[in-house]
Amino acid sequence: MEPVTTTSYIVLGIALFMLLNSAAIAVYAERRVSAFIQNRLGPNRVGPLGLFQPLADVVKLLLKEDVTPAKGFKTIHAIAPVIPVVTALMTVAVIPFGDGLYVTDINAAVLYLLAVNSLGVYGVTLGGWASNSKYSLLGGLRAAAQMISYELPMGMAVASCILFSGSLSMIDVVNSQEIWWNIFRNPIAAVIFIVAAFAEANRTPFDLVEAEQELVGGFHTEYSSMKFGMFFLAEYMHVVIGSMLITTFFFGGYHLPFAGYWLPEMGSTMKMILDVSVFTIKTLFWAFTFIWVRWTIPRFKYNQVMKLGWKRMLPISIFNFLILAVLIYGYHHWLG
Amino acid sequence: MDTKNIKNAVDPQFFKEHQESLYQALEDKHTTIELMDEEDPLNTKMILNMGPQHPATHGVLRLILQLNGELIEKAKLDIGYLHRGVEKIAENKTYQEFMPYTDRMDYLSPYSNNVALCTAVEKIADVEVPERAHYIRMIGCELARISSHLLWLGTMVMDAGAVSFFIWTFREREKLYDIFDNIGGHRFTISHARIGGVANDLTDDALAMIKEFVNEFPKELNDFHGLLDRNRIFFDRNREVGVLTPERALEIGATGPTLRGSGYAYDIRDFEPYARYDEVDFEIPTRLEGDNLARYYVRMEEMQQSIRIIEQCLDKLPKGPVRTDNAKQAYPSKDEVYYSMEGMIHDFMMTDTGICPPEGEESYHAVEGPKGELGYYIKSDGTGHPWRLSINSPSFKNLQALEDMLDGEMVADTVVIIGGVDPVMGEADK
Repeated sequence: MEPVTTTSYIVLGIALFMLLNSAAIAVYAERRVSAFIQNRLGPNRVGPLGLFQPLADVVKLLLKEDVTPAKGFKTIHAIAPVIPVVTALMTVAVIPFGDGLYVTDINAAVLYLLAVNSLGVYGVTLGGWASNSKYSLLGGLRAAAQMISYELPMGMAVASCILFSGSLSMIDVVNSQEIWWNIFRNPIAAVIFIVAAFAEANRTPFDLVEAEQELVGGFHTEYSSMKFGMFFLAEYMHVVIGSMLITTFFFGGYHLPFAGYWLPEMGSTMKMILDVSVFTIKTLFWAFTFIWVRWTIPRFKYNQVMKLGWKRMLPISIFNFLILAVLIYGYHHWLG
Repeated sequence: MDTKNIKNAVDPQFFKEHQESLYQALEDKHTTIELMDEEDPLNTKMILNMGPQHPATHGVLRLILQLNGELIEKAKLDIGYLHRGVEKIAENKTYQEFMPYTDRMDYLSPYSNNVALCTAVEKIADVEVPERAHYIRMIGCELARISSHLLWLGTMVMDAGAVSFFIWTFREREKLYDIFDNIGGHRFTISHARIGGVANDLTDDALAMIKEFVNEFPKELNDFHGLLDRNRIFFDRNREVGVLTPERALEIGATGPTLRGSGYAYDIRDFEPYARYDEVDFEIPTRLEGDNLARYYVRMEEMQQSIRIIEQCLDKLPKGPVRTDNAKQAYPSKDEVYYSMEGMIHDFMMTDTGICPPEGEESYHAVEGPKGELGYYIKSDGTGHPWRLSINSPSFKNLQALEDMLDGEMVADTVVIIGGVDPVMGEADK
């Protein structure tokens, strides 16, 4: 592990700040994009183009009455919304935003990411249980089951990326994609990872945790005020983080396509700006896709989600991993 | 059979006596569910109360589900939360005065309800309706059918999770509202039909709008088909979900698209044609599967057939009066009312006494509403008010099938199945 430097603190500060804000922007974007999809205008009254709408939303949430169910478990009910927010914020520690622009480079960064990312479900499940409401409970249970089912194919998809980098460090994963992005080398895992990322973020078509139509609000049925706001915030941070992870693992992180072949040497400031812009644009594209998918297609049923996870994605991801492992071994030992 | 006393299981916080009497009423209605087995150590069973206040039960439908995990073992239905006593109201109104109430029964297709009441009264009082009025009524009914089916499509797909669809179908419904606005001066509760005809002729504007809609709508319908037919998720959510066998459907008395989705091609427009349905050419979409997907296809194809009927009606639309010219049976035209003494007296008498069917006469007449057979039974005592008017509403009958369909499905299916049956509580509870 590298020593913690001033750069680390600066990157951490900026990244956390940006991530918190990106959730607000994602809320605005979701409302505008959904409006665009639905032939509406969307929020356009608060500030220029309605850009201050997230602020108004937060103020509204803060001023609302905070209701706790009379027979709920009050402590857990209060703690639960914090968990997904904190775990979501923790992930930025290992994501490289540019050449040398990362908070820390730990040698098990991929494992750390998978671990932290899946911790978030505790908040949802505990919140669902502590609410003492049947709808919330069903939502929480669905969240737990879904998280377990999709963590596995996601892990296998990531593992097949590790085969190319030969290291669990995120920096190495990104650097191994300087010429060939993983989407070209490993398309099957890319598809699996994207699907799993949608499931992990609890977005349509995998939003049966909330399932507005059948479970009223799912795990957050009994939440109000800023506690609900936290869940809301966490959902959008998961969208942003999901987009970042898709970008990092399969779309070359901050690298332009085939950058190793044609990108000339440039000054460190220029390179930094370029890297961060490239990374941001890719993330934005995937965040847009998250929103786009949400407002277009229906949601799966619980048993269909399980079937897809266990019967389709898991075997495919394992075979993909094995075949890639054999191919790479063969390439290095017999051809290379 | 041990039953669980709901009164003991809940702890009302607000207005105890009232709450307790409510739960007691539930007990008396046999909506309780057997006590959970003692041998259920994992506590996987649970009773879930869905509605009457629930985002996806289409109004105030209440479901009580006995769940095993996510599986519905048993479902109970509780209706009556929107009971307004319209049948009783009818007894204190003249036939024409009652019409606005029918608008509010199946509030998604008011025109069909108006026509259903009118045809029933015309049958009992033996009123001749001019040719042109028949065609205008058919156009109105088919537009109402499209409007109702569009709302069904939007809500059903929204219940399945695709929210945007609701708004896309509402854009089309908005056009229909504008047409109705131009036909009868109301967007929603139109009350355009009259006993003995219709209130007024179609304006040129309205005709142009209908023509434009008929030309444009098939394209939109194709878009809807394109988005849903090959959508794997939508397909999987609906296929083999909520299966209703033809035998069971007939036993229960299901009607309309629910019955036709189960493979029984019964459509009153074809079996006992009213208005001029025997002069237009259309098909009765029928599917054999009896699942939710079958009901989807039936309704989608019905919209196409409705467009076909409207096109033919527009071609055939005869010239002539739109209301029967008999002041004892129908309102005289406004020209007469404003410029002749007799006209004014007749208008006054129609409003005050209304049409008086012969004493002791009784009749039942049904039309094919968007949701199925919509029938009015009228018993007359010779006055201008019905002695008894009862309504055979399709939503009520189709809801009977719901318990059957829900047993053995998943929680997530409930909303889709309710959407597929397409009940309107205003009509079911009357």
